Amino acid sequence: MSVIDSLRQQIAACEAQLATLRQQLAEAEHLQLQSRRQAQEEVQPATFDPLTHDMSYGIHDDFRSEVFAALSHGDGSEQPPRSRWPLDKMEYKRYGRQLIMPEVGLQGQLRLKKTSVLIVGVGGLGCPSAAYLVGAGVGTVGLVDGDTVEESNLHRQILHSTARVGMTKVESAMVALNSLNPNVKLVPHAARLTPDTALSIFKDYDIVLDCTDSPASRYLISDTCVLLGKPLVSASALRTDGQLMVLNNPPLPPGDAAGGPCYRCVFPKPPPPESVVSCGDGGILGPVVGTMGVLQALEAIKVITRGVHSSVRGPAEAPSLLIFSAYATQMFRTIRLRTRKPKCAACSAQATVTPEALNSGSLDYVQFCGTINPVDALSPNERISVENYAKLRTGRNPITGTEVSADSHVLVDVREKVQFDLCSLEGSVNIPFSAVSRLRVGDDAVKIPATEEEERWIAELKARGDKPLFVVCRLGNDSQMTVKKLKAMGLDNGGQRWIGDIKGGLRAWREKVDHEFPDY
Amino acid sequence: MADQKDAETIPITVEFSGGLEMLFANERKLSLSLPTKDKEGNHVNVAYLIDYLCEKEMKDPRRDLFVLDGSVRPGILVLINEADWELEGEDKYELQKGDNILFVSTLHGG
Repeated sequence: MSVIDSLRQQIAACEAQLATLRQQLAEAEHLQLQSRRQAQEEVQPATFDPLTHDMSYGIHDDFRSEVFAALSHGDGSEQPPRSRWPLDKMEYKRYGRQLIMPEVGLQGQLRLKKTSVLIVGVGGLGCPSAAYLVGAGVGTVGLVDGDTVEESNLHRQILHSTARVGMTKVESAMVALNSLNPNVKLVPHAARLTPDTALSIFKDYDIVLDCTDSPASRYLISDTCVLLGKPLVSASALRTDGQLMVLNNPPLPPGDAAGGPCYRCVFPKPPPPESVVSCGDGGILGPVVGTMGVLQALEAIKVITRGVHSSVRGPAEAPSLLIFSAYATQMFRTIRLRTRKPKCAACSAQATVTPEALNSGSLDYVQFCGTINPVDALSPNERISVENYAKLRTGRNPITGTEVSADSHVLVDVREKVQFDLCSLEGSVNIPFSAVSRLRVGDDAVKIPATEEEERWIAELKARGDKPLFVVCRLGNDSQMTVKKLKAMGLDNGGQRWIGDIKGGLRAWREKVDHEFPDY
Repeated sequence: MADQKDAETIPITVEFSGGLEMLFANERKLSLSLPTKDKEGNHVNVAYLIDYLCEKEMKDPRRDLFVLDGSVRPGILVLINEADWELEGEDKYELQKGDNILFVSTLHGG
């Protein structure tokens, strides 16, 4: 990016921020003015002297009692006017539409007001859930996130804005939430949740929303909620699907079978790390994750208005899992879940998850869930750097220095077709990794033969059997696995033909060779 | 002949959610007819179904994304007629005509 462009962007960002600040100032001034007017209105009746009333026609009973009450109070005008109503005038107005619902009512609103909610993760789930909870007038909302706002977040993380790219997500969300409802106390925790901080952060809250995006954080949050006796509303989303569970509800102590199941009861073992797909890799539709976040806020409101503190709460709903599939004929379905697992590591009488274990750091959640190491499946002579491949494309063999024709090699791009259609290198052939993976080699090939389309591209690669074959993908992992597979299929003619991958994939290509290549 | 064949099979529906459909050629729903008895002559159960799916229906060789150590891998919920299979006897649940078995992979995105 040129200096001019960069400066222009910075100016635009500052201007947008300035606009937001001006708007907030205007709102704050407006509020101040309103509260002053209110105060004046409340003071006025005291300046009206009931004794100036002409009593010759007698006085109304109500008025008489008011007069006596006022007189017996002595000089009441110096005391702050005691509110006659449990909520502020402004609150009746702001929350009126939910106050008149029997599900909320005055009691529910007062419960919302005295409840503090912790939202862990201020992304696709955390943004909508925070917006609705702050809008509904929850007393305190805590926000935990260690990330900063990125442009690729904005299609779904509705509290952030273009002007706030680069700001911490917690700060950005606070700007938006504060302008939505300045009456809610917001508490920032602008760091990633870790086992040694979890207990001290969670203890001040009444209910927790898991809006994070990794198995490790999900186990940590669930364990902490069990140890501190907090109900947990957990949701997740990927591509077109979402899932929602209310866990540890009722939040009874570990060992009490009447308590709600925790995340470990439902998923005692973490999934293999290679089966975990992030939104960055798998994709996500904004409204899908938004739906799940909104549902989290709804479940939280249900738990709170029923009485999160109350010991005489009604019977808790049977534990269930809500599955949302945006493109299925039945978009929502609810599945009955198990109750607490008698041998659960967190919430049973035999629990091994303890506050001491959590604080001492002996519970390593990242290790428990496992990590994927970058794929390193090929030897150095089966790989080429993007720089050298670029030279080869310009018509010169980087090793021998000899001229090569444009048709010198075959380039296979193994990204899925939808990504290939977004952008690709000229002359590349698309064979999606899913198709490569499906293909069976050796004895397995007999069991499930290749489809016609698979036969077609295998034939195509074989037809150009004398040309070296390069494989490229988005990041440089799938390409390595593909090289191994193509060799296993014998496409290297028993070692006669060079097959290798382009190191670092198209990301490296963009960073080191062609800056204009789209970054998605 | 047709009648006899019907008597020997159990029609069931199998569904996939949370990305598992990708292992089954992007089919979210399969209608299967299973034999009533396995090789040992026992009534077919969910363990048999899992084996059957791996052998006959799975289009992806990456079996470990579906099964691990002889059962569904961690992170997959099995639901028998809309209820967690732990409420129904897990893989020993004997399949009945018209059963709906749903395999759900947990999602982690947010």
